[in-house]
Amino acid sequence: MKRLLRTREIWLGAAVAAIIIATELRAPGFGSLRNLMEVFNNTSILMILALGQMAVILTRSIDLSMASNLALSGMLVALTNAAYPGIPVPVLMLMATGFGLVLGAFNGALVWRLGIPAIVVTLGTLTIFRGLIFVIAGGQWVNADQMTTDFVQYTRIPVLGLPLLSWYAIAIAVGFFVMMTRTSIGRAIYAIGVNPTASVYAGIDVGRTKFLAFCISGALSGFCGYLWVSRYVIGSVEVANGYELTVVAACVIGGISIAGGVGSVAGALLGALFLGVINSALPVINISPFWQMAISGAAIIFAVVLNGRTNKSRGRLILKSAETVK
Amino acid sequence: MSTVNATDMDDARPAAAAGKGPILSLRGITKTFPGVRALNAVSLDLYPGQVTALIGENGAGKSTLVKTLTGIYLPDEGEIVIKGKPVALTSAHDAFERGITAIHQETVLFDELSVAENIFLGHSPRKRWGMIDWKAMHERSKSLLAEMGIGHVAPDTPLKELGIASKHLVAVARAMSIEAEIVIMDEPTASLSHKEIEDLFVLIDMLRQDGKAILFISHKFDEIYRIADRYTVFRDGEMVGEGLLKDASQKQIVRMMVGRAVDQIFPKRETEIGAPVLKVDGLSHPTEFADIGFELRQGEILGFYGLVGAGRSEVMQALFGITRPSAGTITLDGKPVEAKSPADAIDAGIVYVPEERGKQGVVVDLPIFQNVSLPSLRKTSSNGFLQLAEEFRLAREYTERLDLRAASLSQTAGTLSGGNQQKVVIAKWLATRPRVIILDEPTKGIDIGSKAAVHEFMGDLVAGGLSVIMVSSELPEIMGMSDRIIVLREGRIAGVYENDGSLDAETLVSVAADIGEEAAA
Amino acid sequence: MNDQSIAAPAGRKIPDRLDSPAKAAVFSWPSLLLAVAVGIFILNSFASPYFLSPWSLSDATFNFTEKGLIALAMALLIISGEIDLSVAAIIALASTAMGLALQFGVDTPGLVAIGVLTGVLCGMFNGFLVTRLGLPSIVVTIGTMSFFRGISYIVLGDQAFKGYPDSFDFFGQGYVFWVVSFEFAFFLVCALVYYVVLHRTNFGRQIFVIGNNPVAARFSGVRVERVKFILFCLTGLMSGLAAVALTSRLASTRPSIAFAWELEVVTIVVLGGVSILGGSGTIQGVVIAAFIMGLVTFGLGLLNVPGIVMSIFIGALLIGVIALPILISRLRQRMAK
Repeated sequence: MKRLLRTREIWLGAAVAAIIIATELRAPGFGSLRNLMEVFNNTSILMILALGQMAVILTRSIDLSMASNLALSGMLVALTNAAYPGIPVPVLMLMATGFGLVLGAFNGALVWRLGIPAIVVTLGTLTIFRGLIFVIAGGQWVNADQMTTDFVQYTRIPVLGLPLLSWYAIAIAVGFFVMMTRTSIGRAIYAIGVNPTASVYAGIDVGRTKFLAFCISGALSGFCGYLWVSRYVIGSVEVANGYELTVVAACVIGGISIAGGVGSVAGALLGALFLGVINSALPVINISPFWQMAISGAAIIFAVVLNGRTNKSRGRLILKSAETVK
Repeated sequence: MSTVNATDMDDARPAAAAGKGPILSLRGITKTFPGVRALNAVSLDLYPGQVTALIGENGAGKSTLVKTLTGIYLPDEGEIVIKGKPVALTSAHDAFERGITAIHQETVLFDELSVAENIFLGHSPRKRWGMIDWKAMHERSKSLLAEMGIGHVAPDTPLKELGIASKHLVAVARAMSIEAEIVIMDEPTASLSHKEIEDLFVLIDMLRQDGKAILFISHKFDEIYRIADRYTVFRDGEMVGEGLLKDASQKQIVRMMVGRAVDQIFPKRETEIGAPVLKVDGLSHPTEFADIGFELRQGEILGFYGLVGAGRSEVMQALFGITRPSAGTITLDGKPVEAKSPADAIDAGIVYVPEERGKQGVVVDLPIFQNVSLPSLRKTSSNGFLQLAEEFRLAREYTERLDLRAASLSQTAGTLSGGNQQKVVIAKWLATRPRVIILDEPTKGIDIGSKAAVHEFMGDLVAGGLSVIMVSSELPEIMGMSDRIIVLREGRIAGVYENDGSLDAETLVSVAADIGEEAAA
Repeated sequence: MNDQSIAAPAGRKIPDRLDSPAKAAVFSWPSLLLAVAVGIFILNSFASPYFLSPWSLSDATFNFTEKGLIALAMALLIISGEIDLSVAAIIALASTAMGLALQFGVDTPGLVAIGVLTGVLCGMFNGFLVTRLGLPSIVVTIGTMSFFRGISYIVLGDQAFKGYPDSFDFFGQGYVFWVVSFEFAFFLVCALVYYVVLHRTNFGRQIFVIGNNPVAARFSGVRVERVKFILFCLTGLMSGLAAVALTSRLASTRPSIAFAWELEVVTIVVLGGVSILGGSGTIQGVVIAAFIMGLVTFGLGLLNVPGIVMSIFIGALLIGVIALPILISRLRQRMAK
């Protein structure tokens, strides 16, 4: 299965590469390193969010409030930056992350302590967080001229040719990989997704692990709140509206099973990159960007059908010719 | 295991049995749930190097006790003493830290994770900064599996690729890896074949030699006498007897379990066996079974015996329209039956009481009457509109015939005991007035009292003109109830026997397992 | 548990039920919701003197009728253990199809037929993917959600279809009697039909059984896939009907029409006491929940609270109404000890 998993990611990687090559053939320059770095940079936020969503989905839950959390945390730091330009940006980043974490912990606590299904909790907080943006901002936008240079630059400064934004994504991806494969919390997240009952007997606290997964997705959403506001130089109620489902889509395309327990960091990243590459490729080959949504929808359906196929072929007992299998 | 050397092994058992005191003692443990006292001041002792069998009917409190020992439940009263010190087991992790581990009836492991991780989850070897050391984990798994004689299982194999027996062995490996001193085995043999059970017993013996205290829970007396040193009997949440197995007869223990003497006598029937009702010819499936052909006659109980995984349930599910056969014909009363779904089979008059009662049989959150009326809704309703009075009437008629114990018909099925749930399932099918009823392990996991009731009722069914197919892994049951017995092996019919008194159990077992003379001797 | 192994004399009588149905009804979820609805109604009438006028009450109904229509079918679907997140996208596609037909001169009856048919086809597509290919509905419909609305975007881009015929206005703007709008009357009729289907027919019983235990349902002769397929078609149908009503009310089609409604529809259903895990729920609850959503939105609107802030109340209501009973029973348990 590990082999199978690996081939799945290889296939997805191949699909991404194929799109890049096909686009390059139609529009030379798309496959250049500079452009690809640009595409990567554009997809950074989606990748980070997909990782957070993955942690939650692996535990058999879902976090629909990520985009609202992002927008609320982003608005908070944008307002803070506008009001107190003296606060250094790293502090604001921490503030966004911490605030997002608190929002995630709120979701997690409701799931853990009250046993309310995650989809219901986050459906509720999705609208609550979105509404709170309007309240804290008094219905106003935060515009480019209200932000400090540092605030805007901390996603743009190039390091080794890549903007900082990309480096944040890379650092988080590496950290996430280590967490998911090398630490008890990472393995616990997988374990409770595969078999919650067995996890209890293995000494894993299922509720607490779910709670932590929500904290992780919350913290990453919060951090992305800063990244989004800084990158697009706008803080408003409309920021990332409806984006939660794009994040789920990235995970689904990346092969993360909605039933929990199955999925990898590479899958989540490739799922996000797949969507990112399509987004960038469409305008280049003169297809109206309005095609984007239908294509990503078709990609999700295709990915799900494919997942279903691989799931079905196994899990069947072959009794008569058991020897040939074992 | 590394601590055991050859000289210890030879005489570890008598020494341990004689000398040492209990490593774990429960004193006056009480646990209540709303409306139920699951455990009432029970006590239990586990000795190092000994296997203690925990015996009791369903609902006697065994699983509550296991959950108390593994830190899932906190007892209301009483104390748990480990190595002379009272302890509180407040979480699964706590129990684990105290050296207690459990192997469960349904292999509670992680299908999607590797064998190595299944062994080491929760106590993986670490490197710096608490990072999991996968290399060490694989190496240690490898040597552990080799020691257990299953070196051919690679540590990085995903667990789901293993058969159920190997999964059990991985669970044992897990117990050994944490160097647990107390190993709880909750019906570990429930879904294993004879050969696999033997392999497991070898391992249990290894654990015993290693000085572990083992709590062994099973419904099967032959296994208990085969492997256990001591017994503890629970009845209705109380401890009613304990001691050394060699001092107690099976009859005495059964008496303790049920509070009265029960002879496992199967009801005698005087039923006229009539003309063939169901004819199956050349029934095949690409992967599960091939060339199954038999006749079932009016008023007959036809037994299907075989090892777990011989394809018995698969054949039955094909008759019932759940799996589609690739070839073959089914005729009922001379008319061909083409069951594309259970609905078709039910219409034709074939019904199936599944083995997995909780998953496939009853809908636990729905009331009893809705469970019973479900396949008969077309009859109880008018023009597709429900008629509750009719449903109640139907449900009452059949549940009372089966002597169901329930407070009301609106009670949810999940609140009933296993035996009574089985009665609901059977009532549901009788209400459809079938021609043929297939019972798949009808008494699996239900208590002795309900078992007898089910057996008696099977007699009534055939007397009433029905024909019964019974799948069972229990030899006494299959031999006590069947008129004829078909043995399946690896998806094919390996033998058909008239059960006329001359048939002996050894024949069935050896045909089912394909054991030659040398193995039988 | 309450089972003794010793044989008792046969012929014991088992009563049908212990509690009377009336008692059960009083302590049910819909009753609690009804109390909440009445409370909000009273608050609203204090908050604004205009609230109690028949016309403003009539206006209030427009806030929820279209979503309510979909919620009726969605309730059945969620009870059966599935979900359809593509309903709002189906509205967009159905509305686009109607707009497109309009360009070819199709008149009102044809437009309605096309809108409804598009909805049913979308539902069939979802149903096919879920029941024939055995895929999880939550991801399938996240996919079709993008796909359906995506097609609307391809067709319309940033344009809009306008110029619907006057006779088409009736479905979203017409009144059948005094202040009773066509939409509202239609919603009530549909609610009654869905109530009968879910609670009074074999089909409805099968929905509950499937939601509780699909395997046992199949083993009992319920055609699980067929029932689920029908439910997806029904959800598509209701989305198509909602598309007709909404398009008529707005008198235009944009690809962003009914954006993010799927979450509001699910909120109504869950607020109405339908278990998101399937297996239980009532149409009464869903209808009352739809009223509550409409009353809250309208009441806050009267107080000049912006729409986005109302969403805080809706979200809090959703979580609060579910969390409160849990908290109360916890407290009771603690008191009992």
